[in-house]
Amino acid sequence: MTSLRIDKHPVLNFPERKIVNFNFEGKQYQGFAGEPVAAALHAAGIRTLRHSPQKNRARGFFCAIGRCSSCIMEVDGQINTMTCITPLAEGMQIRMQKGHGTIKA
Amino acid sequence: MSRNTEVFVIGGGPAGLSAAHVAAKLGAKTLLVDDSARVGGQLIKQTHRFFGSSNRDAGIRGVTIAEKLQQDIEEVSDRLTVLENTAAVGFYHNKEAGILSQKAYERVTYQAAIVCTGATENSLAFDNNDLPGIYGAGGVQTLMNVHGIRPGQKILMVGSGNIGLIVSYQLIQAGVEVVGVVEGMPTIGGYLVHASKIRRLGVPIYTSHTILKALGSDGVTGAMLSRVDEKFQPVPNTELEIKCDCICLAVGLTPLIDLFQQAQCRMVHVGELGGLVPLHDSAMRTTNPDIFVAGDASGIEEATTAILAGRIAGARAYETIHGKSPQAEAIVAEAREELRTLRSGSTGERIRWGRERVLKEVGEC
Ligand SMILES: Cc1cc2nc3c(=O)[nH]c(=O)nc-3n(C[C@H](O)[C@H](O)[C@H](O)COP(=O)(O)OP(=O)(O)OC[C@H]3O[C@@H](n4cnc5c(N)ncnc54)[C@H](O)[C@@H]3O)c2cc1C
Ligand code: FES
Repeated sequence: MTSLRIDKHPVLNFPERKIVNFNFEGKQYQGFAGEPVAAALHAAGIRTLRHSPQKNRARGFFCAIGRCSSCIMEVDGQINTMTCITPLAEGMQIRMQKGHGTIKA
Repeated sequence: MSRNTEVFVIGGGPAGLSAAHVAAKLGAKTLLVDDSARVGGQLIKQTHRFFGSSNRDAGIRGVTIAEKLQQDIEEVSDRLTVLENTAAVGFYHNKEAGILSQKAYERVTYQAAIVCTGATENSLAFDNNDLPGIYGAGGVQTLMNVHGIRPGQKILMVGSGNIGLIVSYQLIQAGVEVVGVVEGMPTIGGYLVHASKIRRLGVPIYTSHTILKALGSDGVTGAMLSRVDEKFQPVPNTELEIKCDCICLAVGLTPLIDLFQQAQCRMVHVGELGGLVPLHDSAMRTTNPDIFVAGDASGIEEATTAILAGRIAGARAYETIHGKSPQAEAIVAEAREELRTLRSGSTGERIRWGRERVLKEVGEC
């Protein structure tokens, strides 16, 4: 789909997966169903996932296995979602998280 | 809802899979939970041929060892339940624990628990170390080898231990340009075979260097390196600017120990093993008599030793429930012998030393 996707690898094979559409900050993108949201965003060229609460610094993912919380975003209205371990699904609405985010009633 | 089991294994890496296999094979009703989508732990991201014991899968790729362990556990599926995407979140008193999946929170009642949670990655202090584009080596491996996505086009590796060297090679295999490997020590940390492999491919290794800062405002565009003296202090006027779009930190791992602390196991700090580890005896039993440990959670080592320690913990956990068993004893004796061979020699020296310190603390050495 983009240049960051590996299409030929000397050791590994990546199976065909279903393509799904998702929305990031109002724009439409495509990714593979079931891959982590952070991975789909990364492949689409998006590295800044949120801004830090105190100094408003750009943050991306770090550990990719749900340990460090560097990748938290708002997914389908739910803030503080660890996007490196949240599987991508059709129609997901993904937004950058500003600071601590706001809980919606 | 609640579940009932005899042996409860937390973490499905090489240690946990081996422990669960042995416990179930000996006859214990066993439950294994892993918080990732697929069991296998670190192994599922490792495409290189392994170092370690030839009895225990050295020369085979990590991904293949994971498949083998998975086949082993299928063989005992009548006694072993495996739950993926399920995290153990804490222990209660009275041999009860809580597990959380996307669907539900449940309680597990067990008779013996084996905690094999592995490790977390270390970060490093330098200016701008929080910029998007700075990733842990495990994160890079997960993105690349599990999800098939490159971290970027040009990457700088920090750390020349085996992980730094191996992941550099994997990055090249995936079509990423490795612009250099930075190492604070005057010599390369990992095995020379791995270093030669990437050097032959033209990757410079900057020994006695450190990273001063990452460049860029909302993402990495480069890095500023500098030479360091014997006391690891930057040498003035030796700065070197390198262009890259991401930086990979391979600066070590720390055992993942929150569950032991929460269960009030006594902890001990052993630098050689990666930091705080639960105190345990040669049966891999912690100071909480119902809780065992195996693998990187008991001290950072490698997959082959994690498998062997897992087998010991699985056999001993079975015996605490069902009493002494000659088969369990045979498994333990064989694993101990293999561990001794593996940890002999100069490369095993630090580990041996660290392990002895743990045993000394429990009065077994
Ligand atoms: C780049 C790299 C190269 C390596 N190369 C080699 C090599 O060549 N030879 C070698 O022998 N070793 C090698 N190793 C080391 C080896 O992979 C590890 O030592 C080994 O995987 C440790 O096994 P483990 O079972 O203790 O932990 P892990 O493999 O880390 O597994 C732990 C599992 O527990 C799960 N978990 C953690 N917390 C919880 C919880 N609360 N609830 C549920 N599940 C949880 C995790 O998701 C994970 O699946 C390498 C490691 C790396 C990173
Ligand atoms: S990147 Fe660490 S939790 Fe997601």
